[in-house]
Amino acid sequence: MDASAFRAWIREAARLVVDNADHLTHLDAAIGDADHGINLRRGFQAAVLMLDETDPATPAAVLATVGRALISKTGGASGPLYGTGFRQAAKTLGEDPDVTAVQLGAALRAALDGIQQLGAANEGDKTMVDALAPAVGAYQTIVDTGGDLAEATRAAADAAARGLQATIGLQARKGRASYLGARTIGHEDPGAASTVFILCALATTTAGLTTEGRAR
Amino acid sequence: MKKLINAPDDVLIDALAGVAAAHPSLTVNVEERYITRAGGPTPGKVSLVSGGGSGHEPLHGGFVGYGMLDAACPGEVFTSPVPDQILAATKAVDAGAGVLHVVKNYTGDVLNFQMAAELAADDGVRVEAVVVNDDVAVENSTWTAGRRGTGATVFVEKIVGAAAERGADLATAAALAREVNDRSRSLGVALSACTVPANGKPGFELGEDEIELGVGIHGEPGRARGKLVTAKEIAGIALEAIHADMPLSGDVLVMVNGLGGTPLIELYVVFAAVAQWLSGHGATIARSLVGNYITSLEMAGTSITVCRLTPQLTELWDAPVDTPALRRGR
Repeated sequence: MDASAFRAWIREAARLVVDNADHLTHLDAAIGDADHGINLRRGFQAAVLMLDETDPATPAAVLATVGRALISKTGGASGPLYGTGFRQAAKTLGEDPDVTAVQLGAALRAALDGIQQLGAANEGDKTMVDALAPAVGAYQTIVDTGGDLAEATRAAADAAARGLQATIGLQARKGRASYLGARTIGHEDPGAASTVFILCALATTTAGLTTEGRAR
Repeated sequence: MKKLINAPDDVLIDALAGVAAAHPSLTVNVEERYITRAGGPTPGKVSLVSGGGSGHEPLHGGFVGYGMLDAACPGEVFTSPVPDQILAATKAVDAGAGVLHVVKNYTGDVLNFQMAAELAADDGVRVEAVVVNDDVAVENSTWTAGRRGTGATVFVEKIVGAAAERGADLATAAALAREVNDRSRSLGVALSACTVPANGKPGFELGEDEIELGVGIHGEPGRARGKLVTAKEIAGIALEAIHADMPLSGDVLVMVNGLGGTPLIELYVVFAAVAQWLSGHGATIARSLVGNYITSLEMAGTSITVCRLTPQLTELWDAPVDTPALRRGR
């Protein structure tokens, strides 16, 4: 999976976030301050612009650029959290022009660790971690058994989607939703919803890739 | 929802241009999104930097000036500012004695200010952060993101701003900020929701006879929905909650703050009830503030903040201040 494959991922993630910005905002209005979709749209549009302007040569450089853009442009808690996630992921990929399924797994794990360290959220707190943690686990299971990158990213996206559904029954313990206490039960978490979009984009754009990260 | 704006996406930029044109005492860096005193920082003085989402005006830009803030960083509406703008503001006002970040306790504000402070430290600027978390509506527990920073932010910025003008060092200023925060509690009640310009519709729907209890300042729903009752009863609800958390006695500073959509005449009706309640509980209103100081766009309602004063805090509250939103003694 090379720099242009990573850029394709981010472009698709941006497309999903932009197309679903109103939906994300609607989720955030129910249990927050109704700006999640608006903020992420701004952040991802800036990320795509920055990628076009700087044309990073390696996967790490792509993710680092996305992280920087999200931190500088998103605002709110999502900016630092997603931005740190992408930056930590970038750090694991070094200078390699091409990454394998195993390497991508390590990057996703680093993203999760970075987000959890910064935001101090655990699974069950009703946050993006409730989608990302199961996704990273599911990805790793496939890779550990020698599966393709395509299978692993699909498993990650599916696990994230299930994690999102699971947030419905949870009471928020982190972020702005936590001020609402039990009133948050019955609603999807917007941060988990946007994580699903990002991972779906990864799955769709890596649909043909093998363990080595190459097309068949 | 009708708003007095141009394009919804341009609200912040347009408003900053308006602030710049209206207030020659301020310098507005529209490109980098921060507001400073036109005269620049005061050499050797601790500088105060705050910020947060827009939509709470006059907080924080309206409090930039002598005796209060040196810089304010406005984020998008209800959205925390980004590290870039906080860092730029911090470096712009560092006058050699360090910078105090006054941070309202919201995850986004805390994270963005934290990142900016780290970057500032890398560049040799001494930064200390104080977190304001006065809202009693939220439990301060591991089950929440912690209590929100609301009305006490105004008190912190005024009182610590005065101390900084008198030469307080960074550690003293930070300790004073924490003291004001610890001695202050707030509760907000909304009669209507508000509409974020880019969103186009209210954050929630309230019936004609309903109120939201324990609201913050970002348009999110409160802790609970209640029936519309009299101003006297609403004041009672707020003060009972505050008193239960921090028993009120002695001299107090009381702010009856409008959330943006409530007329001043109603705030005074509330204040009358507040005054009556406090005198019935043995507290003396030594200082007061009534008006729109920390708002939530056009949300109708009020937030009540009470600070247990000391002679020192009272003196600093009275000290001269010259900002667009608060001015006396100069």
